[in-house]
Amino acid sequence: MNNMPMNQSQLLDWINQVSFVAYDTALYLDTHPYDEEALSFYNHYRTLRLKAVKMYEEKYGPLTLDGADTDGHWSWGSMRNPWEGGNC
Amino acid sequence: MWQYEKRLEYPVNIKQTDPKTAQYILSQYGGPDGEINASLRYLSQRYSIPYREVAGLLTDIATEEIAHFEMIATIVHQLTRDLTPEEIKASNFGPYYIDHTLAVWPQAAGGVPQNACEFQSKGDPITDLMEDMAAEQKARTTYDNILRVVKDPDVVDPIRFLRAREVVHFQRFGEALRMVQEHLDSKNFYACNPAFDKSCGCK
Repeated sequence: MNNMPMNQSQLLDWINQVSFVAYDTALYLDTHPYDEEALSFYNHYRTLRLKAVKMYEEKYGPLTLDGADTDGHWSWGSMRNPWEGGNC
Repeated sequence: MWQYEKRLEYPVNIKQTDPKTAQYILSQYGGPDGEINASLRYLSQRYSIPYREVAGLLTDIATEEIAHFEMIATIVHQLTRDLTPEEIKASNFGPYYIDHTLAVWPQAAGGVPQNACEFQSKGDPITDLMEDMAAEQKARTTYDNILRVVKDPDVVDPIRFLRAREVVHFQRFGEALRMVQEHLDSKNFYACNPAFDKSCGCK
């Protein structure tokens, strides 16, 4: 991730990318649990993912129930659904 | 996108195997009113629902149904693990064992495989939510039927939890139905289908 501010669609794209790398590496680690290079690779992308998810939820609303906004209004239910298209 | 949590929604710790009880409970794994059919029903219906709050509720309940699917599998697994050939021969579990050994496989209590013909995704929010409310009641009745014949407290406890969740889901679907109706003409909710007819949806 560069330091340019990202809009919602760009930030979600970034989350998709780092999440996929982390997830794909997790599958590899399931069958290679002592591969130190893969372990630190996973850790790097997990950190990027957690940071990006936190940033997204602060700016654009919850991605999971753990990030659901409880400040006066439950926005989770009315959030845009991923199948609506438009990548945001 | 989903992410797995390595825990059950409610704990299952069964100490005594019982193949007959396992066969009853297997129906909630792959039977007509079972947990995976509930999940597939709501996950399939949510795309055509034109109201985000209702689609969101369907997503959240469908997600919990997958957790129930896992609880039922756990109950069946714990009721059948360590069974001996003698115990299998002495029970009615033999035909299932021949096809699946001691694996968990989605079928009804009577052996009918899991089948999408047992639920609908109709593309009309009122129709679909009415089906969902009926589905929760059918599952609740199945759990009541199980509770009448199963007495092991280790099994009864998680089954009672699952039964209570059916009632909660029924209640939430009733509220979702009201939310849909509030978008429609109160003189005739059935005048059109808001998921299909473009001119539909004004009070």
